[in-house]
Amino acid sequence: MKAIITVIGKDSVGILSKVSSACAEADVNIIEVTQSVLQDMFAMVMLVEIDKSTLGFDALSEKLEKVGEESNTKIHIMHEDIFNSMHKI
Amino acid sequence: MLETKDILETINMIDNDHLDVRTITMGISLLDCMDEDIDKACGKVYDKICRYAQDLVKTGEDIEREYGIPIINKRISVSPIGMIAAPCQSRNVVKFAKALDKAADNLGVNFIGGYSALVQKGFSAGDYALIESIPEALSVTEKVCSSVNIGSTKAGLNMDAVKMMGEIVKKSAEKTADRDCIGAAKLVVFCNAPEDNPFMAGAFHGVGEADCVINVGVSGPGVVRAALAKNGNGKSIDEIADMVKKTAFKITRMGQLVAKQASKRLCVPFGIVDLSLAPTPAVGDSVAYILEEMGLESCGCHGTTAALALLNDAVKKGGVMASSHVGGLSGAFIPVSEDAGMIAAAKKGTLDITKLECMTAVCSVGLDMIVVPGDITSEKISAIIADEAAIGMVNSKTTAVRLIPAIGKKAGEELSFGGLLGSGPVMPVRDGDPSVFINRGGRLPAPLQSLKN
Repeated sequence: MKAIITVIGKDSVGILSKVSSACAEADVNIIEVTQSVLQDMFAMVMLVEIDKSTLGFDALSEKLEKVGEESNTKIHIMHEDIFNSMHKI
Repeated sequence: MLETKDILETINMIDNDHLDVRTITMGISLLDCMDEDIDKACGKVYDKICRYAQDLVKTGEDIEREYGIPIINKRISVSPIGMIAAPCQSRNVVKFAKALDKAADNLGVNFIGGYSALVQKGFSAGDYALIESIPEALSVTEKVCSSVNIGSTKAGLNMDAVKMMGEIVKKSAEKTADRDCIGAAKLVVFCNAPEDNPFMAGAFHGVGEADCVINVGVSGPGVVRAALAKNGNGKSIDEIADMVKKTAFKITRMGQLVAKQASKRLCVPFGIVDLSLAPTPAVGDSVAYILEEMGLESCGCHGTTAALALLNDAVKKGGVMASSHVGGLSGAFIPVSEDAGMIAAAKKGTLDITKLECMTAVCSVGLDMIVVPGDITSEKISAIIADEAAIGMVNSKTTAVRLIPAIGKKAGEELSFGGLLGSGPVMPVRDGDPSVFINRGGRLPAPLQSLKN
């Protein structure tokens, strides 16, 4: 199953590394990353493969949320289908 | 890959604009639970509901987490109990309400609907006893919702039932006067009631439905309002309608996805997605604010009906392509106490019951969650029901009345229900006594529109 991780918040040093380490620890494979910084706001979108994840969806979501709290950003992980169904016909 | 802006748009809709799925409602047929012995029938009802819906709440929560979409309510609708109670020798129908409430408690669902009777043309065995029992049933249970269909385009209006429902609404409020008259907030009187409606308090599982089915009601007034606020400045009405359509499409696609997932995981057929803009008392999640965003100073001022007609139609046009099956009420809801903008407009006096009645001619549902003075006569309530039902009957659409007589309170005071039901100011009703008209009884003939064959 593929999921989308979004990281939104104030730009700071090392956000990308913190999120990707959290993914690596859980055996979550990052397929694609895009990021943009608009003024001070940082927005990163990651497409990840979570079939081999050592953590369940809930635990992974909590782990990422915690990373978000520590780095003052808001991190969501959501099934990619939600975006596909809303934005593709 | 998906575009970053699309992904962020979705996240923003959920985080800031109150995008949610209002309800996953499991419809369960109870036609196989009938029994002459009321206790046996209640036992069968309880067992069947608990067996069929045992995983409903958990599945809803799983989908909520995995897809990141808040699913506010998990609900159950059942076959009209008036019908299930028909063979019972005992007339103590409240036992069914207690069985439903117990099942809802056990399963952890938010509401259970179907304490209902369909009497548009006349009362059959069981219906009369059920209607009589509604005030008590709503006062001794927490989660049970009740509805009565008193008219349809095909059958006309059952004026005996209209008269009776005026009394029942008043009694339901009186019996729960110590709890802000909450009983009346769980009771809807319908004309042309839909059989697959997932929204409370009017949900019931129609007789033509499958044994078990999943219906989903979407929400999203906040998202529509935000889209208009962001891009609507200086745009023509055509462009506004287009924006609403596009937003409704996205909201409905999300509802369709949730419905499909719930249906797959629960191994229950998918019924319909109800394309309704259902407001909540949260500021920003209001249908009235959408109308104001279109350029009205206050909801209720002249122009409101036209703006609502546009909104209602655009929601359907946008939503219908996004879902394989659309049904239920599908349109914009205007429940006064559940909508921050409506509450504000009612307090200011720009929105009154007459304007609301007018608005119901062009949107879904009807006079919904309107608090009226406690000294209102039951005949006057019946007359309001008759007016509203006539609009539904003639226009071949669903209309409903959910009035809450605020016992012991007068216009200007307030009732507070809490949660999704919100709070509402007591709104004055018109003077003049309709009791001779209401007490005539009988049937109001079906209109010419009913002769379509």
